[in-house]
Amino acid sequence: MDAVESHKAMTNRPLSPHLQIYKPQLTSMLSILHRITGVALAVGTILLVYWLIAAASGPGAFATAAGFIGSWIGRLLLLGWTFALFFHLCNGIRHLFWDAGLGFELKTVYASGWTVVVAAVALTIISFIAGFAALGDL
Amino acid sequence: MTDHRTALGRARGLGSAKEGVAHWWAQRVTALLLIPLVVWFVASLLAHLGSDYVGVLAWLHEPVTYGLMVLLLGAMFWHAALGLQVVLEDYVHGEAAKLASILLAKGACLGLFLAGFVALSKIAFAG
Repeated sequence: MDAVESHKAMTNRPLSPHLQIYKPQLTSMLSILHRITGVALAVGTILLVYWLIAAASGPGAFATAAGFIGSWIGRLLLLGWTFALFFHLCNGIRHLFWDAGLGFELKTVYASGWTVVVAAVALTIISFIAGFAALGDL
Repeated sequence: MTDHRTALGRARGLGSAKEGVAHWWAQRVTALLLIPLVVWFVASLLAHLGSDYVGVLAWLHEPVTYGLMVLLLGAMFWHAALGLQVVLEDYVHGEAAKLASILLAKGACLGLFLAGFVALSKIAFAG
């Protein structure tokens, strides 16, 4: 009997199935997306700090930073981070309601989940329309 | 009723070190702080999108901007450090790798906060 078998025999402990057994659901997808966007935003803080350092360094460094952010790859990154920020913000508020003990009914969990998805997408689109309008690119 | 604990678990029986609550609270308090700060920050960035270097610097030079930006960076990097710690604790296996990755993530958060703080202070207190 190997160590795993002996441990099983000793404890008779029930095991939950592994993640890939389950059908993907909105609840689990938003849960992992909260983590993914959180990590992505943590990486994105590097660009924010770089931008602040460039602003503090002078017009030349600032122009370089602004040039990168304004390039197509910079704008694509910004689009991703904008969505990540709004999703993490909205879903974070959803988590705070759960922490307060509210919204645990299955129907409410799905309703708040879809609300978060729609709100995050809408806020991202609105921000980019406002952004392009401010730049006069629209 | 069947006791599902292992023999070792029963023998130890000491429970947690009770430090999780402070971590949990700090994560929530920084989250609450970040809600208005992030909304203000995104709105301010959008308002200054058309601005040139002089315009952006004038905005960062204002005392209110400086205070809110330092608060934003502080809450943001604290929140990020706590969040990254939880993710690393869950997915990095092996004590040495786990400890090293958490220290690295927290060190990066501290370093980035300090860099941002110095940059903001330089702009705020210049001439």
